[in-house]
Amino acid sequence: MLRYLLKRLFFMVPMLFGITLISFLVIHLVPGEPGALDTDMNPKVTKQVRERIRAFYGLDKPLHVQYWMWLKRIVKFDFGVSFAPDRRPVINKIKERLPVTILINLLSMALIFLVGIPIGIYCARYKDSILDKALTSFVFAGYAAPTFWIALLLMMFFGVYLELLPISGIKSFNFSELSFFDKTIDVAKHLILPVCISGFGGLAGISRYMKNSLLEVLRQEYITTAYAKGLPEGMVLKKHALRNALLPVITILGLSIPGLIGGSVIFESIFSIPGMGQLFYMSVMARDYPTIMGILVIGAFLTLLGNLIADISYALADPRIRIG
Amino acid sequence: MSASFTLTDTFVRITTSMLPRHCFLFILLAFLLFGCSQQKETMSYDDPGKPAYGDMIVMASIGEASNLIPLLSADSASHEIAGQIYNGLVKYDKDLNIVGSLAESWEISKDNLSITFRLKRGVKWHDGKPFTAHDVMYTYKVTIDPKTPTAYAADFQLVKKAEVLDDYTFRATYDKPFAPALISWATAIMPRHLLEGKDITASPLNRKPVGTGPFVFKEWIPGDRVVLTANADYFEGRPYIGRYMMRIIPDSATMFLELKRYGIDMMGLAPLQFLKQTEYPRFKQEYNKYKYLAFNYTYLGFNLKHGLFKDRRVRQAISYAIGRKEIIDGILLGLGEEATGPFTPNMWAYNGNVKRYPYSKEKALALLREAGYEKGTDGMLKRNGSPFEFTLLVNQGNTVRIQCAELIQRRLSEVGITVKIRVLEWASLINEFIDKRNFDAVILGWSINPEPDPYDIWHSSKQGPKELNFISFENKEVDELIVKARHTFDRAERKRYYGRFQEIIAEEAPYVFLFYPYATVAIHKRFKGIEPAAAGLMHNFIKWYVPENQRRYRANAALSP
Repeated sequence: MLRYLLKRLFFMVPMLFGITLISFLVIHLVPGEPGALDTDMNPKVTKQVRERIRAFYGLDKPLHVQYWMWLKRIVKFDFGVSFAPDRRPVINKIKERLPVTILINLLSMALIFLVGIPIGIYCARYKDSILDKALTSFVFAGYAAPTFWIALLLMMFFGVYLELLPISGIKSFNFSELSFFDKTIDVAKHLILPVCISGFGGLAGISRYMKNSLLEVLRQEYITTAYAKGLPEGMVLKKHALRNALLPVITILGLSIPGLIGGSVIFESIFSIPGMGQLFYMSVMARDYPTIMGILVIGAFLTLLGNLIADISYALADPRIRIG
Repeated sequence: MSASFTLTDTFVRITTSMLPRHCFLFILLAFLLFGCSQQKETMSYDDPGKPAYGDMIVMASIGEASNLIPLLSADSASHEIAGQIYNGLVKYDKDLNIVGSLAESWEISKDNLSITFRLKRGVKWHDGKPFTAHDVMYTYKVTIDPKTPTAYAADFQLVKKAEVLDDYTFRATYDKPFAPALISWATAIMPRHLLEGKDITASPLNRKPVGTGPFVFKEWIPGDRVVLTANADYFEGRPYIGRYMMRIIPDSATMFLELKRYGIDMMGLAPLQFLKQTEYPRFKQEYNKYKYLAFNYTYLGFNLKHGLFKDRRVRQAISYAIGRKEIIDGILLGLGEEATGPFTPNMWAYNGNVKRYPYSKEKALALLREAGYEKGTDGMLKRNGSPFEFTLLVNQGNTVRIQCAELIQRRLSEVGITVKIRVLEWASLINEFIDKRNFDAVILGWSINPEPDPYDIWHSSKQGPKELNFISFENKEVDELIVKARHTFDRAERKRYYGRFQEIIAEEAPYVFLFYPYATVAIHKRFKGIEPAAAGLMHNFIKWYVPENQRRYRANAALSP
């Protein structure tokens, strides 16, 4: 097991290297230059000034040299300094924004599992019933509808019309005056819409997986046996079918991480949540290369780690799979 | 209240008579419905009240401020916030005259080569240290320092000699008389005692600025908000509004919802928002809407190196063939004025008495015929067998410009010109097409400064890569006029030069000047003392106030732990 783990971790290195190389090339292919150079069409900026700023950021060097310089730093876990005019270390910028993104992603992941799995089970058990069809349409609607559109509709309804929930941000203006209990309520209220929205899109995948996997299992002979020996239905489902059917769902856990991170970019911008997704969006708009690369590296690392954890927990849960 | 009861009663009576068995349910439903539509207690903000210190104004910005040392940032959010924290030596008043800010007065030498500023005494930095001429000197030096990555060095590089005569006198001397020199000292003055000898790009002042301005920096929660508090010792008087908050809301639709929900107090509106989406009683009860001429114009620019547009008659014909009025009425919903040239009507240099191009298909066709174009059998214009067609570039995300392009396409097709529209992302439009001069025509806009010097956009020497005369406009007389006006301090004389400059531009029609848009803003009604003027709204911001009985936020709201 340990050997397997080490081997997997070792193979993550070239993979990460490949990811950074491709990312670096792609973001430099995009026309436009970093935010400090966002001086296109500004009469006050002369050519010499522009050259000066380019040299300051090392943008006057060829691309492969720039990549090499970046790589030399990153292996020492130095993410560099942001190209945004604030010139702050990238790692600080990411650090202050990572917690809220992880919190929302964990919450919406929990939501997806807590709602998606029961839906899947229900749809498998009562296949082709009206409610099955309704639920299926519901989750697919969530999958198909654009996040920003649903988000705006819900903000209008719960925020502007009913005035029940805050529209954007993560804390109220008077946050500092609240008691600890009220602070929790305040943050929770701000999180309801973003978590629901980011969870809604993920329901389809997990519930369909759950349904198909359970249907598959229910066709097995040992289930027939269980029914034949007169076990009550609940027992058959819970003890015999569900345990086996849940296994493939674990894989989804690992696979859904990149989707969630990508989704953060959209809903954090809409709900103005100061998270990593919003930082990513703004960095891309400002062509802040070190910050973009920093977030991509962390995102890639989290994704690879998620896959690894999924594989390991799969092995731990399924006696048929042995590693090492 | 009584009205709604009788209504409910009738409603219940009707329903009970129709469906006796479900009457209870219906009564419940009716109550729920009326419960929902019940209005909350709304305050009246019509009473102008008395000026009082306190409350907070909440603004919003699409982008986060990048750096609160304005020298180092180019984005509008940073400059908007920094504008409340720092002062320059001079500033524009509400009628766009240059008046002193940190400077008490100034003297321009007889030969027009040097400006001597006498600075205000007793001005203090937010940390209590006195402001002196050495701070001005430091600001000048750090701006022209090649190690400082600033976009604003150009004006100060023309200074031949800068000297501190005493603690409260500063003199800048130029090689040649330079008319925009005075206003270039509106640059934010930096505190020398906190910055000198240190790397300005790594200074803590980037995130925690210390200035002399009406508001003092309080806190910055990254990605969320920046908060400032009123400077009680401000040399022009303590601002009435106690706090200034700038929220970061990256999505404009969300921002508008926040406005409707009273989460922000002030926001610029799109035409449709201004005219339709805010026209309901509750909104009008809570917000005042303002509109005023903004300092920018939108134009269609021709690439004058392109064979089609070398001929002035062709450019004039296109100017006639485009209906500005229908663009303003149809696309801006009336929120703009027809443009006549590169200056806006609220500027002193504006000359409206120039050649105009009212919509006229006949004049357009006549000019095109004169230029050698004949209508073919398909109704399209041709010269020597080749059809008159070109590509019009426009940037993505700017709906107004895209709609203008469509309207222009239609109007030009009526005179027989084929226009292809290409919508491009901003960075690639500028870098791949404009900078490489690889375009036929483009719709863009210029923001202009009340100081009119048009050198960078219209002088023939400004055609280099990345320079702004990208349409390659060359006119000897224009060059001379621009340079003369640049080195003249007498405003009447400058106005004459610029008047002639505008006449030539209108005659030559290198751009089709489309419109001057209005800025449209909603501000919450509890803020009083707002005076729209030529300079916009914010010129007397420190005089805005909220009467005590209309206050919304308590003194220490808005601060995080």
